[in-house]
Amino acid sequence: MHELSIANSILDAVRAEAARRPGARLVKVGVRVGELSGVQPDALSFSFEALVRGSDLEPLALEIEDCPRRQRCPECGREFRVLDFDTACPACGEERTRCISGDELDLAYIEIEES
Amino acid sequence: MSKIPLERKVLNENDRIAAQLRARFGEHGILCLNFVSSPGAGKTLLLEKTLERFPKSERVAVLTGDVQTDNDARRLARAGFPVRQITTAGACHLDARMVERALAGWRLEEIDLLLIENVGNLVCPASYDLGEAAKIVVLSVAEGDDKPLKYPAMFFRASLLILSKIDLLPYVPFSLAEARQNALRIHPEMEILELSSTTGAGLEAWQAWLQARRDAAAAESPRATRTARGKV
Repeated sequence: MHELSIANSILDAVRAEAARRPGARLVKVGVRVGELSGVQPDALSFSFEALVRGSDLEPLALEIEDCPRRQRCPECGREFRVLDFDTACPACGEERTRCISGDELDLAYIEIEES
Repeated sequence: MSKIPLERKVLNENDRIAAQLRARFGEHGILCLNFVSSPGAGKTLLLEKTLERFPKSERVAVLTGDVQTDNDARRLARAGFPVRQITTAGACHLDARMVERALAGWRLEEIDLLLIENVGNLVCPASYDLGEAAKIVVLSVAEGDDKPLKYPAMFFRASLLILSKIDLLPYVPFSLAEARQNALRIHPEMEILELSSTTGAGLEAWQAWLQARRDAAAAESPRATRTARGKV
């Protein structure tokens, strides 16, 4: 359970952004969480809410975009979403395909209200 | 209301320190390996056996992470190489700053191989880059052969899978073939070794893997380039 540390890192980044925009009210922060990131979205939301409650950032909201694992086939160039751990190319059957997304743990955006 | 794109990693700060560590390791030609597994998979025993087989002149150092106690550091120190314990006091993983702090005072120019034993946990250590050249995941046959599917983040990030405790195979329902297949489904390029630290089976192949990685790291370092130029 390291989602609390991850939520803390998100809030550190949000505070740094807030410091650069005096007077703006922070409304929401958006993150992308890949299925291979090792971060559990529900646990992250729970940790985030617990940290924000009663803090200077309340009522900051968190929006999580879940990112599925996608692979690219080096043989035929097909890009596909991985279902049921099957990383073989659905077009040509090549087994050694490359991961192109799904390991994200990114800060995507913040939403602010200018006063 | 306005939306401002940020587009950076959540663990930006950890990644920044890890990149600095990686650059320092590269500069000194150090191969750094990060050992991960669930608790009890046999990381410490494998490291003990690995250290025992090195000649005393070998320039090896070890960092070992645990939530509490310095038991592992005391076990590993018996081989006579420099060892430091990182006690995380509750944290379920090592991060790059802990490694940076633990290295303080060590002369990196005197180290060729840095082995980091992470906290036993197949989830959280996957998210934290420590500046290592490779993560090595140890999975013992006393566990389930479907663990790669249950903990895909870790198996996805590890370069090498070590299937440990193979001396127990007659007593457990673990299938090496299934485990291999599951690991390759998560990570098609995964390298896989099988060994028993207790009987010594497979340790030679492991030492050979380690030596090949060390040779590659040494050949890439600016130190090696300088020496080569010096000889001309």
